[in-house]
Amino acid sequence: MADFFTNNWLGIVLLTLGQCLLILVPLLVALAFLLYADRKIWAAVQLRRGPNVVGPFGLMQSFADFLKYIVKEVVIPAGADKAVFLIAPLISFVVSVIAWAVIPFNNTWVLADVNVAILYVLAISSLGVYGIIMGGWASNSKYPFLGSLRSAAQMISYEVSLGLIIIGVIISTGSMNFGDIVRAQDGNWGIFNWYWVVHFPMVFLFFISALAETNRPPFDLPEAESELVAGYQVEYSSTPFLLFMIGEYMAAVLMCTLTSLLFFGGWLSPIPGLPDGVLWLILKILFFFFIFSMVKAITPRYRYDQLMRLGWKVFLPFSLVWVVLVAFLAKFEVLGGAWARWTWGG
Amino acid sequence: MTAAALAFYAFAITTVAGGLMTVVSRNPVHSVLWLILSFLSSAGLFVLLGAEFVAMLLVIVYVGAVAVLFLFVVMMLDVDFAELKAEMAKYMPLALLIGLIIIMQLTIAFGVWQVDPGATGRIAAPIGNVENTRAIGLLLYDRYFLLFQLAGLILLVAMIGAIVLTLRHRQDVKRQDALAQMFRDPAKTLELLDVKPGQGIAAPIQGARR
Repeated sequence: MADFFTNNWLGIVLLTLGQCLLILVPLLVALAFLLYADRKIWAAVQLRRGPNVVGPFGLMQSFADFLKYIVKEVVIPAGADKAVFLIAPLISFVVSVIAWAVIPFNNTWVLADVNVAILYVLAISSLGVYGIIMGGWASNSKYPFLGSLRSAAQMISYEVSLGLIIIGVIISTGSMNFGDIVRAQDGNWGIFNWYWVVHFPMVFLFFISALAETNRPPFDLPEAESELVAGYQVEYSSTPFLLFMIGEYMAAVLMCTLTSLLFFGGWLSPIPGLPDGVLWLILKILFFFFIFSMVKAITPRYRYDQLMRLGWKVFLPFSLVWVVLVAFLAKFEVLGGAWARWTWGG
Repeated sequence: MTAAALAFYAFAITTVAGGLMTVVSRNPVHSVLWLILSFLSSAGLFVLLGAEFVAMLLVIVYVGAVAVLFLFVVMMLDVDFAELKAEMAKYMPLALLIGLIIIMQLTIAFGVWQVDPGATGRIAAPIGNVENTRAIGLLLYDRYFLLFQLAGLILLVAMIGAIVLTLRHRQDVKRQDALAQMFRDPAKTLELLDVKPGQGIAAPIQGARR
């Protein structure tokens, strides 16, 4: 039986397919409840009840929404470029899903254990902008176009600082594999061994850049309701809109996962004595998603020029200086090689 | 056929088809989108070659940055397709002539193409069991360090040159000063008045507009 899955090509295909489904299905189900959680948290901050009708405590709200989205009519504007209009949400969805292929959920629990995993995630997330640009352009109307232009500029700007921050982590680890990065954070001091200590300022920069990269509030300029109605999503309805929304939330959850993996030890246990495991990673992801929701609930939206100034004039120089600093700290093994984890062996 | 061969043909066909559609497409935006597909497929080909680092860089740099700029520019262009087509009809004979000449040259060149029998022996040896990220890093930052710095310097000069040529400080436009805005003191710029109903404000307020 085991031979069939490792040697026969049909077996290999079936095994890979099964692994993909094993990631995708729980992820989509979790996303339904995360969407619900997002709305509940937002409502709680505003002293509302949030969704509370469908199912107990409104838990089934997302599934009801899902059903509504897929049975409604797909409206395509007369002046739209039909093919591009329909491909755009697909790209947005697919790109946000395939990035999960290289994410390890536990030690050795990873679909594709490639050695350029971080670059892969960066490459995939840089593709995400195409869904938005194509959607905005193909809609052939003004608000979507303006929204997509804003979004493209915003995502490109913050990708730069995101990449530079990640380079600091790569220098510290000496590898671009997520598994190696998490294992490098394992050590005698528990949570103080994780990268959030040695890369302390970058944790905040990474988190804020992640908010901007995924177009979450306070950086949701592409869909700013008060200015652009809903940005690039204006002309979308039904299933294409659903794909855009799933793509957006999936990217947000991916950023939460990246934060946990890069700076907060992934599946490592924060409490000494308790075993490491996938549960810790899930708890960390949920924690960061909670902060994502809180940020959405309590911060006012940025002005566009402020957003660009923050990206190019504050984050970029700061993260660049940090990369140079980390390179020196790693080279001269300051503090016994806290920034050069490969010297610790293991 | 192995999975690798199958993947190769799939990527190769999409690369070529994407390239062809880039040229054939009527709409320039579609052209750029086909070009992006072509880039992506060639990244896939690099992965099949075992050059995963180059593949990822191709996606990040070309697809993620360069092609986005292309798309920006092309979307902003106000292209009149009818006029473009008329122009094309005018220059068609010339274009055909040039195409014919290039095809003839290629035929001549490939007709006498021969592989040197000793060529297979001179192919560079594989670098061994080193990750290609590490191998490229060692080459660029160790062996060819000075050349790498020089290349960076040339790019820097080009960038500064572009800025010097295009930057001009216009005095007649109103600019925002972010720092001045941040450090504005409400006590100095605001004046609270107690306006009685039915009276209004009699005289212009002293120092209200600063």
